[in-house]
Amino acid sequence: MRRIITMTVNNRPGVLNRITGLFTKRHYNIESITVGHTEIEGISRMTFVVNVEDERIAEQIIKQLNKQIDVLKVNDITDQAIVARELALVKVSVTPALRQEIYALIEPFRASIVDVSKDSLVIQVTGESEKVEALIELLRPYGIKEVARTGTTAFTRGSQKTAATHKTAFII
Amino acid sequence: MTRMKVEEKAKQKMEMSGALMLVEALKAEKVEVIFGYPGGAVLPLYDQLYRSGVFHVLTRHEQGAIHAAEGYARISGKPGVVIATSGPGATNIVTGLTDAMMDSLPLVVFTGQVATSVIGSDAFQEADVVGITMPITKHNYQVRDISELPKIIKEAFHIATTGRPGPVLIDIPKDITTAKGEFDYEQEVHLPGYQPTTQPNHLQIRRLVEAVSQSKRPVILAGAGVLHANASNELRQYAEQQNIPVVHTLLGLGGFPADHPLFLGMAGMHGTYTANMALYECDLLINIGARFDDRVTGNLKYFAPKATVAHIDIDPAEIGKNVPTKIPIVSDAKAALQELIHQQGKPADTSAWLRQLNEWKQRFPLYYEEDGQTIKPQKLVEMIYELTNGEAIITTDVGQHQMWAAQYYKFNKPHRWVTSGGLGTMGFGLPAAIGAQLAERNATVVSIVGDGGFQMTFQELSVIQELQLPIKVVIVNNQALGMVRQWQELFYEKRYSHSLIPNQPDFVKLAEAYNVPGFRAKTEAEAMEVLKKAFAIDGPVLLDFHVKADENVYPMVAPGKGLHEMVGVKACGELSQ
Repeated sequence: MRRIITMTVNNRPGVLNRITGLFTKRHYNIESITVGHTEIEGISRMTFVVNVEDERIAEQIIKQLNKQIDVLKVNDITDQAIVARELALVKVSVTPALRQEIYALIEPFRASIVDVSKDSLVIQVTGESEKVEALIELLRPYGIKEVARTGTTAFTRGSQKTAATHKTAFII
Repeated sequence: MTRMKVEEKAKQKMEMSGALMLVEALKAEKVEVIFGYPGGAVLPLYDQLYRSGVFHVLTRHEQGAIHAAEGYARISGKPGVVIATSGPGATNIVTGLTDAMMDSLPLVVFTGQVATSVIGSDAFQEADVVGITMPITKHNYQVRDISELPKIIKEAFHIATTGRPGPVLIDIPKDITTAKGEFDYEQEVHLPGYQPTTQPNHLQIRRLVEAVSQSKRPVILAGAGVLHANASNELRQYAEQQNIPVVHTLLGLGGFPADHPLFLGMAGMHGTYTANMALYECDLLINIGARFDDRVTGNLKYFAPKATVAHIDIDPAEIGKNVPTKIPIVSDAKAALQELIHQQGKPADTSAWLRQLNEWKQRFPLYYEEDGQTIKPQKLVEMIYELTNGEAIITTDVGQHQMWAAQYYKFNKPHRWVTSGGLGTMGFGLPAAIGAQLAERNATVVSIVGDGGFQMTFQELSVIQELQLPIKVVIVNNQALGMVRQWQELFYEKRYSHSLIPNQPDFVKLAEAYNVPGFRAKTEAEAMEVLKKAFAIDGPVLLDFHVKADENVYPMVAPGKGLHEMVGVKACGELSQ
């Protein structure tokens, strides 16, 4: 099961290493990590996407993360109303004759062309992972040269309409 | 403000070197003893120690220093403090750090580091100590600015000793120890990400009280968390109030009196029949401060299969980690037990259960065959128990002798048992005895070790001799790596691959080389004689007891088996299969 875990951490050298080391030791595979500053100086936010066998392992991950001194707060936001975004840059082999076709293709995805050369285009797309995935699949027949994806960053929406159905990752 | 306070404050605000700051911080933390080994990167620190009056024990290897600090922490309840130099000094303490982490012992460890200007350049005696020790410490630091040093030391002592105790390491580059800064140690510790829960949730306690009142076959599994929380009295009071039998983990021994009618013995791989069957048959299992280690549970499929599980632990991550838990209580063991005693629900009707357990205790006691000639290791432990009136502090290495000590020395008091449980570290017993003896100068300390483990850290005999610590080192000499040999006998068709060591050194002569009196015994009569002789000597003594190599530790739960599948249990004179 895919879980999205966010946390705030002290922005100190070695903190990311501490967190990823914990995942490595316990054989939890990380699908993606994003890290960046928050509105508070010295505090960073991390978003992890992990694939785990069951809820018990998800709970254990959160508890282990909570044990870290530099981790301030951990949340499993998978079952909450969230805003989740990913950015991807896709370099596609495109001859000038096909450019219009590509423009038309990416338009519904609200993606944009950020670089053009005589035999390729670089497309930038943001959105939920599934949307990014869908666009990449559409572009694949044209010949994808390179893909760079940031991984998911996310947080909860201001209003939680589905709050009553939330599952909590903790048993305590 | 009094004049003294003003002077004190002024001292705290004084500008001083990092090395002096460290010494002042150790004094402020009321550190009685530090264990260490000097080297290039910590020379400024040792220079300050020279004049400081702080009691420093020079062990003969850094591994000895950290195990001694563990022994000190286990007996005193205070943090053990260690100093090692950079590179090899620091890497030599890795085993001890892991050991302390596994057994939740509070340590504050200072390692020297090369100067900040050359960190990362593979300078002489540089090692990435923070990287190496990250997974084996509760927390670690590298000081990069002199202004951070007092705060970091303060935090380290706080983290090591609160919540679930553990080792904290501070890596200090050499130039930080010589740099000058303001020493302000009067700061509050402010760690928003570290707020251990020590008080139990009342509703969860209520759930446990109700579960107890409905239970017919409850059992308490008590671990070292009871000892860390100094909750032995509360455990006894609660067990007696509710009439619930108690079993111990290896590390928890002494938390509940071994001679108490409600005590069933140690549980697990080499636990008693009654303790293991109690865990198998119980309908309510109350785990207090134990982490459901695989050596205790056996095959999880068969562990407490009929029980509702309640788990009291100060570390939330332990609850539900290995065993699904119905009633989780995050709390210090003492606080939880006090609340349980206070709420005092309707006690369980355990009379039939206790009758059954007592019958098992009578029918299936711990068992060994005596021949009256050769020294039986079990008998040896019983002799030590008798001669020390059960009052001694016992330290051990890991292996057969450790299990015999756990089985046959009846620990009636807390903080008498120092062993490497989680990591199973050979060479632990002798240095740990040094720390234990320094924690309790007047205690009788007996270090029971195997001939294999002893040879990993025997250089610490030098420390015992130098400080004239009256430690009695008891070598259970079976000329083998006993537990390895036992497993090879049972599971590898007696292929004793590199586990037999028929040509051991003359341990008595070795002791004499360190100016420590040594005695040897090969028969039961000689054993009693040399033990009496040793306990009459007011100083260190080494005793070499030759026992048979083929003696095995029983009962035993084979790997992968359930606790109810023990072998080597005596039933009415017959050994079960």
